[in-house]
Amino acid sequence: MSRSPGLLVGAGLTLFFALLALASLLWTPFDPTAFDVPARLQAPSAAHWFGTDHFGRDVLSNVMAGARTSISVAIVAVGLGMAIGVPFGLFAAAAGGAVDEWAMRASDIVFAFPALILAILLTAVLGPGALNAVIAIGVFNAPVFARLARGSALSLWRREFVLAARVAGKGRARISVEHILPNIGDLVIVQGTIQFSLGVLAEAGLSYVGLGAAPPTPSWGRMLAESQTIAAIAPWTAIFPGLAIVLCVLGLNLLGDGLRDAFDPKLRARR
Amino acid sequence: MTRAGAIASYAGRRFLSLALTLLAASVVIFVLLQIAPGDPAAYMMGLNADPRALEALRAELGLAGPPVERYLNWIGGVLRGDFGVSYTYRAPVSSLIAERLAVSGPLALLALALAVGVGLPLGAVAAARRGGPLDALIMAATQIGLAVPNFWFAILLVFVFSIVLGWASAGGFPGWDAGVLPALRSLLLPALVLALPQAAILARVMRSALIDAQGRQYMLTARAKGLSESEALRRHAFRNALIPALTIIGLQFSFLVAGGVIIENVFYLPGLGRLVFQAITQRDLIVVQGVVLVLVLIVVTVNFLVDIAYAVVDPRLRRPA
Repeated sequence: MSRSPGLLVGAGLTLFFALLALASLLWTPFDPTAFDVPARLQAPSAAHWFGTDHFGRDVLSNVMAGARTSISVAIVAVGLGMAIGVPFGLFAAAAGGAVDEWAMRASDIVFAFPALILAILLTAVLGPGALNAVIAIGVFNAPVFARLARGSALSLWRREFVLAARVAGKGRARISVEHILPNIGDLVIVQGTIQFSLGVLAEAGLSYVGLGAAPPTPSWGRMLAESQTIAAIAPWTAIFPGLAIVLCVLGLNLLGDGLRDAFDPKLRARR
Repeated sequence: MTRAGAIASYAGRRFLSLALTLLAASVVIFVLLQIAPGDPAAYMMGLNADPRALEALRAELGLAGPPVERYLNWIGGVLRGDFGVSYTYRAPVSSLIAERLAVSGPLALLALALAVGVGLPLGAVAAARRGGPLDALIMAATQIGLAVPNFWFAILLVFVFSIVLGWASAGGFPGWDAGVLPALRSLLLPALVLALPQAAILARVMRSALIDAQGRQYMLTARAKGLSESEALRRHAFRNALIPALTIIGLQFSFLVAGGVIIENVFYLPGLGRLVFQAITQRDLIVVQGVVLVLVLIVVTVNFLVDIAYAVVDPRLRRPA
């Protein structure tokens, strides 16, 4: 731990945003969605730490509530990607041969769609909204986990402990669950952290272009979209939500890198 | 088999899988947009349309008939370069795409050039000064580069350059007819924005590939035959490290294309991204279908070319898998 300040900083930032999101459930300085037109476009002050926007909404309250939206969308989306991708990858590795070949071709096709284009296409079909953003982000996460699970499972299938399990008469499905899955868990968690940070970025991007959580649900991406025309007179409306995204993504990336190094001493030696 | 023959047979196999991927992608796009709510014909005619007129318009737009037939009509046209006719622009989709590609294509290439031009040298410097303060600084900068959402970076850049400094145009595109320089100038800030995360990724990949190469046997040999460390790095490690860098460049190209979709909207650039967004809001599905297919085609083709480039560089990859 002491050799890895990145892991500590990453875990700290991640924890901070998680707590911020949880705290917003119970308390925010102001109602994030309440208009207070006389108090609009106020610079940061003792009352409004991060200032107010063009409707007089408190920016800090919205940043807090936006953390809740971003984190919950990203968590559910990555969870969905894992829940589809990991069993798919395990199945492909266990089946082998033509099934494996076809499964990987299928994931190639999803990969061939630039992730964001796929998300835009899906939200175009399903309509904007937090749930549809979750599905869109989850779908392009699935092949990432499928490839990861398949790749690492394939090498485990040649190992002796798996051979021993097969000799003991266990079926391929049971071996996948009992022996393969526990051994790829750490890789899945590390990748999950990285995908989580990409998910936060993707959610921000989708809500920036109006395809994410619908108003009035506070969201970092939409705050930035709304700030664009007033950034010149009220730069704080653009600066704080953007900083929140940067710090949250940075924390998750550092956490992911740190976890990978902690799980894999060989990689650490190379640094 | 001769070297050229091996490369050709490898290229042939890869081309077949490219064609299959595209075919599958076209089916996916078509099916997805069939599920999309909203009838373009109803959208065009308004709420009080006469049902018979609606029916006629649907037939005219190619919206009547069973889905399989409509798909075959569409894909058959695409193969002949006919992507259908946009009902909002009243123009062939293929000419709309060609027109917009003249903005999006140069934008992506400019961003790629910036990312490679900045990312690779930074990664090489970091690897050469591994463990030093410069390395730490470059690595910290790449972490920031990865975490900054590009549309936010765009808003900040527009703010700083056009409002505070009054320097570049804050958005819009004068068109190539206005001259190459003004056009390139309006693409510069968006390209910079797109290049930032890609440069960060490339620098990180280059650094770790070079560090990996430094520990290899061939570097020992190079040093043993009397090459200086910097010569050995340049002549042996750098060339080997380019292989993973090339993979990433191929993969990242799809992010440049996709990222462009959002950034074009920030800078009001009339590219494919703006086209697809407008088409989505206006339910001009034939345009959405065409643009997404072209974007997938670009991504798949770039990855195909990268694979072929490997086969030319690395003989091991030419063998049948």
